[in-house]
Amino acid sequence: MTEEEIKQIIFQQLKKIAPDTEPEKLKPDDDIRHTLEIDSFDALQFVVSLDEHFHIEIPEEDYGKITTLQKLVTYMIGKMK
Amino acid sequence: MEAGTLVEWLVKPGSHVKRGDIIAVVDTQKGLIDIEVFDDGVIHELLIDENQKLPVGTVMALIESGKETPVAKEERLTEKKIITEIPHGIKASPLAKRMAAEKGIDLSGVRGTGEGGAITKEDVERAVAETTSPKEEKKPSPAENVRMAVAAAMSKSNREIPHYYLETRVDMSKALTWLTEANKQRSIKQRLLPVVLLLKAVAKALTEVPELNGYWETGLQKKSDINIGLVVSLRGGGVMIPAIHNVDKKSIGDLMESLNDIIPRARAMKLRSSELSESTCTVTNLGEGNVETVYGVIYPPQVALVGFGSITEQPWAESGMLDVRPVVNITLSADHRATDGATGSRFLIALKNYLQKPDEL
Repeated sequence: MTEEEIKQIIFQQLKKIAPDTEPEKLKPDDDIRHTLEIDSFDALQFVVSLDEHFHIEIPEEDYGKITTLQKLVTYMIGKMK
Repeated sequence: MEAGTLVEWLVKPGSHVKRGDIIAVVDTQKGLIDIEVFDDGVIHELLIDENQKLPVGTVMALIESGKETPVAKEERLTEKKIITEIPHGIKASPLAKRMAAEKGIDLSGVRGTGEGGAITKEDVERAVAETTSPKEEKKPSPAENVRMAVAAAMSKSNREIPHYYLETRVDMSKALTWLTEANKQRSIKQRLLPVVLLLKAVAKALTEVPELNGYWETGLQKKSDINIGLVVSLRGGGVMIPAIHNVDKKSIGDLMESLNDIIPRARAMKLRSSELSESTCTVTNLGEGNVETVYGVIYPPQVALVGFGSITEQPWAESGMLDVRPVVNITLSADHRATDGATGSRFLIALKNYLQKPDEL
């Protein structure tokens, strides 16, 4: 899976959680939750959806590693290797 | 909420229903509400047509119970009864009277055009059309409806309820450590959020201080069930406050499942009638935006609201030592007609104690 394909899946899942936002306009270093105003409940649903799509279970202690789009993509690529 | 529009019947005359079944969907200021039945029986008659506007209190259907002597029971939007009987002194043709009764039209509000001002069949038809016509009024958007519902409830609260406020800080180290360990044992879909511990601790504290769990209705009416209304923010603005039933009796895992079910439905404005009307105390958790303290407005006719700020690292002095701990500011907004500060203080102490013993929640 390419970096661009991973990004597109991330955007799709964010769009489901926050339909009124434009995740594709996120800058690489924007804090995802803060920029899209995602609360802890929706953040958990997002992590669940990533697990369903990528079969990667993100442990709670790694939440700090996926706060921005760039960090999240890098994390997913790392886990897919 | 003063009225709604029947969107769809989900049952027909002759359908067997049991307590808790959804029999209809009604569009209201608070979104689409599933109308539940509160008795077992057989649908005898549907009294309202789809797309018909109905004031709160309208009898919607007759249900026959399965007991030896069949008794027609009425399902209604809430407790009041619509006027379907013809008041004395109103001149109307027999056909007009029958139609008015069938359609739920109050003839005292209909202008008669028949002989001597008598109300005719055509007059009733016109009244029915005015009730159901989509051109009758510009339909507000769901967001506008929610805004108006919140505005009405909060204005009533500030007008009628003499609030008092208490505040305390709670060290969340033990609760968060317990949560982290619990989540390690759980699959990702079963992970717990801190709010479940807060809700359960509130429910347990309410069992010790029941004066804060109830309504003010010509006096304090304490409620035996602890149904916590959780404030859910809508992305387009406004809030929904669905009731989570019997929180004190649910396990932490069951409580998280309830949230997983109810929060998405609240955001989609797709709640059951009981979930919108049976809260006995409200919790608002503004822990998402780094707000440290929230002073809530009580949701009438309830008598208390518990507010949680975000959990932040703060300096914490204990036993002569200074440390940094995850701390949450908890506030209680309570109705001074129903309770006094001493009662509120007992509640906050109980709540604080429960949050120090998460394994007992």
